[in-house]
Amino acid sequence: MQPLCISAFTATCAAGAGRAALSQALRDGRSGLRPNDFGREPLTTWVGRVPGLEDASLPAEFASYESRNCRLAWLGLARDGFLDGVAGACARHGRERVALVLGTSTDCIGATEEAYARLTPAGEIPDDLRARRVHAPHATAEFLQRALDLRNLAVTVATACSSSAKAFAQGARLLELGIADAVIVGGVDSLCDSVLFGFNSLALVSSDPCRPFDTRRNGINIGEAAAFALLERAGDGPRFAGYGESSDAHHMSAPHPAGRGARAALEEALSRGRTATRDIDYINLHGTASLKNDEIEAQTVAALFPANTHASSTKGWTGHTLGAAGALEAVLTLLTLESGFMPGNLNSQTLDPACGPQVRLAGHEGRVRRALSNSFGFGGSNCVLLFTADGVA
Amino acid sequence: MKPRENPPLYVSGVGLWSQRLPGWDQARRILGGLEAAPADNAPRPAPQLLPPNERRRAPDTVAVALEAALAACRGADVSPASLASVFTSRYGDLAITDYMCATLAAAPTQLSPTRFHNSVHNAAAGYWTIAAECTRPYTSLSAGEYSFGAGLLEACVQAWSGTGDVLLVAYDMDARGPLAAVAPSRHLLAVALVISTARGARAVAQFDLEAVAGRQVDPSRARAGNAALLAGNGSEDCLPFMEALALGESRQVTCLAAPSLALGVALRPA
Repeated sequence: MQPLCISAFTATCAAGAGRAALSQALRDGRSGLRPNDFGREPLTTWVGRVPGLEDASLPAEFASYESRNCRLAWLGLARDGFLDGVAGACARHGRERVALVLGTSTDCIGATEEAYARLTPAGEIPDDLRARRVHAPHATAEFLQRALDLRNLAVTVATACSSSAKAFAQGARLLELGIADAVIVGGVDSLCDSVLFGFNSLALVSSDPCRPFDTRRNGINIGEAAAFALLERAGDGPRFAGYGESSDAHHMSAPHPAGRGARAALEEALSRGRTATRDIDYINLHGTASLKNDEIEAQTVAALFPANTHASSTKGWTGHTLGAAGALEAVLTLLTLESGFMPGNLNSQTLDPACGPQVRLAGHEGRVRRALSNSFGFGGSNCVLLFTADGVA
Repeated sequence: MKPRENPPLYVSGVGLWSQRLPGWDQARRILGGLEAAPADNAPRPAPQLLPPNERRRAPDTVAVALEAALAACRGADVSPASLASVFTSRYGDLAITDYMCATLAAAPTQLSPTRFHNSVHNAAAGYWTIAAECTRPYTSLSAGEYSFGAGLLEACVQAWSGTGDVLLVAYDMDARGPLAAVAPSRHLLAVALVISTARGARAVAQFDLEAVAGRQVDPSRARAGNAALLAGNGSEDCLPFMEALALGESRQVTCLAAPSLALGVALRPA
């Protein structure tokens, strides 16, 4: 594909708000995870909770979108000059040429959970929550489209943990086909009982800080994040150079044992970006710290990449931010292109024997010209993104 | 850059299932005005693609989406395993959302793991690719009242991008419990289209699609009698397109993919 320009990008999660804070947290090995204090009956686990989100607010005229997810989206958009980038794109191309593709897994379901926890004696949703436009999966994207006054496509991608990686792929197609001239792609997912108790019901939640690729890993920590990138055909900035998408066709909540879908998505991203495995300097792994995912992902990477490719999961800093993970980790991958610092696997001490030499415990200073980001989700949906530094062919 | 002109596309296969439009053959006659809709609701389909023990257990949205999707593939005479797919739904499975929220309010640690993994918006797409043994990519979208239009646009964009034939499936169900006050969807509905860049032997219609952004345009409306059959369903915006297919004549249909993004669809017999 014709590489696309990323003319603005930003992310906010437990490990930091904005690129400078996130870059520093990666370099300092400072995790954003903390003991779970979310909800009425907190499960014993650790979470990647964004500080201060309870005090954040929406513009007054959009009060009907009041919810943790929309607050996180609005807070996240305000960093790194991203709103100026959007205003610039609207001025260059016209508002009718700027689209929004937003990934999420649970969107504003936290507000619907609250409604059920506060039903009236007649069993009805209380008036304050009934008045809100938050009880459907598209709520956050609808809020952003209105708040930013965008007049092209605004769509929500909800494919569980690959959602916001797939938003990049859909955004690229909209530009290739000329439906839009700029696309805001991103992901927003926020802590809610559905995912905390849901992953708990599958026995996938760890009571400790998560340890991706460690022999003693015992599950995930759930996190929340908002991350965005502005894609255009030309301009200054790093490049979005390829994507690969596939389906496992295996199981709703377990990856294919041979990593069939993961491998297909990796190979397609490389081929679309006309890049060989030997040219990949860094891979941001999906690396959830679940037993199966990490084993299969490590084997897949070991089979495909040379020993000098540096690969790591950043979930030890952020937790698993589910539908936002693809966009958050795209931004963390772009930060490695910017700084040359490739993170290791935070919290992990002994690597699983399934890991090849690519998976590293320690961070490493180097030159990153081409990097991949992996996202694999429930329902067997896989997406891999390829990014290159500005000026790299 | 101006929107580029893209080549015409083909509808190679059609599926539709709703309680009073139980299958495309009957729906085509009803929507075309040749036959009255049945007075009684048909029972929920048991999708043949699923293993027998899963047919009854499948969530309503999964059952109806897989039923319509398989019918569209059979109509097009293509293997379900060969198609990339775009699933789209305004609300997803409202019965599972009601169950999840009610259980989380009462006894969160009692949540069923199966219901949890069925609660993801991509459950229908996931079950489809597993049952069809399809390793091609799928996506799962939502766009409020424009969910069908947004899905139609993405399916066409994928077809033009060289993905090959693309399966589009749009579905929504009736709301359950307190949720009905804030997500007031009615009926059980799925429509499915196999969209191709080449005219196949079974092609149902040819169409041009042009996306026009920036203005608020009124979408096409279905005939009142037809609209009443699906009124209130989260995916009811599919109806003008499906009615035009049923009539089988050359017609111009306007669908919305977003509040200010109109899809002008010029349909004609293949």
